Amino acid sequence: MSHTYKSDVHIDWCPGCGDFGILSAIQMALSEMNIEPHRVAIFSGIGCSGKTPHFINAYGIHTIHGRALPYAIGAKLANPNLVVLVIGGDGDMLGIGAGHFVAAGRRNVDLTCIICDNGVYGLTKGQASPTLRRGVKTKALPKPNINDAVNPIMLAIVSGYTFVARGYAFDVRHLKGLLKQAIQHKGTALVDVLQPCPSYNDIMTKEWYGGEDRIDPVTGKPIPRIYKLEDSGFDPMVHKPDEGEIVQKMCSAIAKSLEWGDRIPIGVFYCNPYVLTYEERLTSRIPNYLQYPPALQKIADEDGHPIANLEKLMERFKIK
Amino acid sequence: MYKSNSLVWRIGGAQGSGVDLAASVFARACAIGGLNVFGTREYYSNIKGMHSYFTVVASSKQVRAHSNNVHLLSSFDSETVVRHALSVVPSGGIIFDPSVVKEDISKIPTMEREYVKRVLETLKSEGLGESVEDVLELAKKRDIVQISLPYLDLLKEVSKLVAEPQLSLLMRMVNIMAVSAAFSLLRYDFEFLSQSINETFKEREKIAKMNVKAAEYVYDYVRQTYGNILKFNLSPIKSSEERILISGTTSVALGKIAGGVRFQSYYPITPAADESVYLEDIEVFELKSEVEVESSIMSKTGSIVVFQTEDEIAAITSATGAALAGTRASTATSGPGFSLMVEGLSWAGMNEVPVVVTLYQRGGPSTGLPTRHEQADLLFAMHGGHGEFPRIVLASGDIEEAFYDAVMAQNYAERYQLPVIHILDKALANSIMTCRKFDPMKVIIERGQIVNKKDLNEEYKRFKFTESGISPRARLGDEGTIFWNTGDEHDEYGHISEDPLNRVTMMEKRMKKLDTVAKEIPDHEKLKIFGEESASNVVVSWGSPKGAILDSLELLKEEGIDVCYIQVKIMKPFPTKAMEKNLSNAKKVIDVENNYSGQLGKIIKSELGIGPTHYVLKYNGRPISIEEAFHGIMSAVKEDKKRIVLTGGV
Repeated sequence: MSHTYKSDVHIDWCPGCGDFGILSAIQMALSEMNIEPHRVAIFSGIGCSGKTPHFINAYGIHTIHGRALPYAIGAKLANPNLVVLVIGGDGDMLGIGAGHFVAAGRRNVDLTCIICDNGVYGLTKGQASPTLRRGVKTKALPKPNINDAVNPIMLAIVSGYTFVARGYAFDVRHLKGLLKQAIQHKGTALVDVLQPCPSYNDIMTKEWYGGEDRIDPVTGKPIPRIYKLEDSGFDPMVHKPDEGEIVQKMCSAIAKSLEWGDRIPIGVFYCNPYVLTYEERLTSRIPNYLQYPPALQKIADEDGHPIANLEKLMERFKIK
Repeated sequence: MYKSNSLVWRIGGAQGSGVDLAASVFARACAIGGLNVFGTREYYSNIKGMHSYFTVVASSKQVRAHSNNVHLLSSFDSETVVRHALSVVPSGGIIFDPSVVKEDISKIPTMEREYVKRVLETLKSEGLGESVEDVLELAKKRDIVQISLPYLDLLKEVSKLVAEPQLSLLMRMVNIMAVSAAFSLLRYDFEFLSQSINETFKEREKIAKMNVKAAEYVYDYVRQTYGNILKFNLSPIKSSEERILISGTTSVALGKIAGGVRFQSYYPITPAADESVYLEDIEVFELKSEVEVESSIMSKTGSIVVFQTEDEIAAITSATGAALAGTRASTATSGPGFSLMVEGLSWAGMNEVPVVVTLYQRGGPSTGLPTRHEQADLLFAMHGGHGEFPRIVLASGDIEEAFYDAVMAQNYAERYQLPVIHILDKALANSIMTCRKFDPMKVIIERGQIVNKKDLNEEYKRFKFTESGISPRARLGDEGTIFWNTGDEHDEYGHISEDPLNRVTMMEKRMKKLDTVAKEIPDHEKLKIFGEESASNVVVSWGSPKGAILDSLELLKEEGIDVCYIQVKIMKPFPTKAMEKNLSNAKKVIDVENNYSGQLGKIIKSELGIGPTHYVLKYNGRPISIEEAFHGIMSAVKEDKKRIVLTGGV
C-alpha cells in the first residue's frame, strides 16, 4: 500500500518554479519507499523552499531562517526512529545557516538535507545568494555580483557529509532516485538541487540548463549543459573503509564538483557508508540509546514521582 | 566579631594551583563535623596564573551567604596577602609564607594597575612602604594575628615522610597544608579533615594517603609552634539531618534528571557549562526500578543525551526539536548565549513548544565580567524576542530551591506549552552549600495535556482553539497526529494563515495562556514571604541576594528593625495581586538587587503603579555579602538613603 504525501494546502510558488519538481520528487520518493507519513518529519527554514512542508502530508516543521538543521537534529536524536528530511534554500543553508551546515557534517546524524539551489534569494525579490557566481548579474541585481560562490558539493565533502549528490529540479524521476538513495543512506546526506527561479534568475534558466542557446548543427537539437554522472562511468562509492580509497573518492568528487558552464554534472558525487552515524556513536556512551531514546523514556512512576534513582546520584554529595 | 561558632575562612592563590580543591576539602571537613557551610568562588577569566579565592562560612547556625569579614586567611603567595589581609577582622589571623614578604607590590604582575595604585596609596597614608611586609605591618597595627608558615621547609620534611624526593610532585599539596594549618589554629579535630581528604581523593588512594600525611604533619607543626594563638576556635556540632554539600549548577542538573529532562543542548559558556558537563558525566543513571523498553526488553537505566552544539542558536533550536519529539528538553547558557537564542525563543513561543532555557546571569553588557556575578538580564529574559508571545520566567534564590525549581520549570513548560526561562546567576552557580538532602517524593512530574488518540474523531488540530488557550499536544511520530508548525501566523492545523480574524483569535489563544498561568499557579510558588508580614519595612528582591538578606534579618532584628522580605520567584507573569497585598501597608519598600538600574523595581512600578522607595544595588561584579545586606537595609531604614550602592569584595 502506498501512502499519499499530498496535503490540501494551496501551493503558492510562482508558475514554473523549480520547487514544484522538488516537491513532487520528495512525495514520490517517500511514497515509493512506502514509509508511513507519521514516521516522517520534514524541517524547513525561511524562503520559498521553507513552505514545502505545508504541501506534504507528514509532520512539517517550518522553522526560522538557516536553523532547520539543528531543529531536525534535535528531533532525530530525541527519537531516532523518525525519518528526517531537511529542506532549505541556498541562502538558508549556505548563507545564514552555513555554520550549522558545516557542523552537521561533523556528526553524520542519519538525515537527508535538500538544498533548493537557485542562486538568488527569491522571497525577498532576487538578491544574490551564496551560490551565485562572481560577475553574474541576475535581473534584480543593480550591479554584477562581486562575491565568489560557495560550492555546496565541495563544502559538504570537506565538512564530512557521507552522501553527496546533485539533482536537477526538472528531472523529477532522476531526483526522486537520488532522494531515495539519500534517505536510505545511513548518515547525513546532501542533495543539492539545481533549480531555476523563473522570477529572479534570468541567467541560469530552464532553457540555459537545457542548452537551448546551443543547437547541435547535426541534429538541430539543443545540447543540454546537464549530464548524469552515472552515464559517464563515474563511481562515487567508497567500496572499502580504507584511507587511500576515501581520499581518492573525495578528490575525484571535488574535481567533478568544479565542472560548471558547458557541462554540469548531476548524480551521486560521493558516498561513504562506513562512517559511524552520530546515533551509533551515542551507543558507545549510552548502550541502549537506540532502543530507549530520550523521547520514548518513561520519566515518572504511577504517582508522578521521578523514576530516576536520585538517592544514588546524590551519594557523592552526601555528608557522612 | 566572632560569635556563636561561626567562622569565615578564606583561601587565595593563583588559578590552576588547586585553590578550589583545597576549599572544597575545607568545606567538606566542616560539614562532616556537623556544621552548616556556605562557600563561594571568585575567579578571573583565565586558566592559569591570575588570582582566585574561595570564602567558606561555617557555622552552627544555617548560613546562606558569604561574608567579607574574614576570621582566618590562608595564603601561600604574595598576592593573596596583598588583596585580602585587610579583609581580616581584628584578632583574626593570616597564614602566610615568610618567603614572599619582601616582594615589591608593584612587581606582582597579575594585579590590575588601578588596584596596585589604591593599595600603595593606602600604605602611604599609613606611612608605610611598598612591599608585602608593609601590608602585614598594617595588619599588625589592626591587631591581626600573623602565622608564618615556611611551606618549602615543611614540604621538605613531608617529602621524607612520604618517601617522595621530587618536591615538584608535592607542590600541589601546599593547598592541603594551608587548610590543615587553618584547622590546627582553629583546634578543629584532625579526624574531620582526614575524612574529607579521603572522600575527596576517593579513587586515588595513594594521593589521599600522601595528603593526609602532609596534613597531619602540618597540623602538629602548627599546634606545637603556635598553640592557641587565636582567641577563637571552631567546634563540631551534632547534626541529625541527612545533608548534602552541593553547588548551584549541580543542583539544577539533578533537578533536570529528577524532572525528566532527557535532552540537554549547550554551547560552552561561563558559568553555565558546568551544569552540562556534569550532566554528561552522569548521562546514564540508575532507575528506581526496571522499566519495559519494548515487549520483554527491560532497562535498569535511564539516560540523557547531552548535545554540544556549534553555537547557542543551535542549542535552543535543537532543544526545541527534541521537545517536539516529546522529550523534556532544555539548554543552559549565560547572557551572551541567551542573546543568540531569542529568535528561537520567539519561534518556540509561536509554536507553543515546551522548552526550558536555564539562564545563569553574569556581568554584562557584552563580554562584561565573564566570570563575575550580576543580575542584569531580568528585563531581557522577560522581554527578549520579537513579537508578543507568552513565557514564564522563574527565578531561584538558593541552591536547594534551584533543584525543585528545575523540576517546576519543566512542569510549567509542558503544562502551558510555552518556553520557560529559569533564571539564576553566577553567585548561585558557583557557590556550594550544605542543604537538606533533596527529596524526590516532593517532586511531582506533570506533563500537561497530551492528545489521546482514542479521542481523535476528527483530524488532529495541533493549535485547536480552547477555553484555556491550551491545545492537547502530540509528539512527532505518534500515529494519527500529523501536524505542522511554522513561525508564520497559522491556523489550527499549523498552516500559514494571514487571515486577520484568525490572527486575532490565534494571538488571543496564545496570550490567554498567561492568564491561565496566573490563575492556576498558587501564590506560594510565585513568591515567598519571610519575617513579619505587618512590618512597615519591606525588602523586595529576587535571585541569589536571598541568602544575604535572610542572614541579615536576624542582625536587623537585634537592632530593633523589623523587616518583611518578599522573594519574587515568578517574574513573568508577574504576581501583581499578591505583591499589591503585601506592599499596601509598607512605609518603605527597599529593592535589593545586583544591577545598576533596579530592574525588579522597574517591573513593580510598571505592574503596580507604585515602586520601591529605596534601592540597595550592587554592580561591581561581586555578590552581596551578609554585612552589605545588613548595612544597606539599615541605611535605607535609619538614614533614609534612597539609593545605596554597595562596593564590597575583592
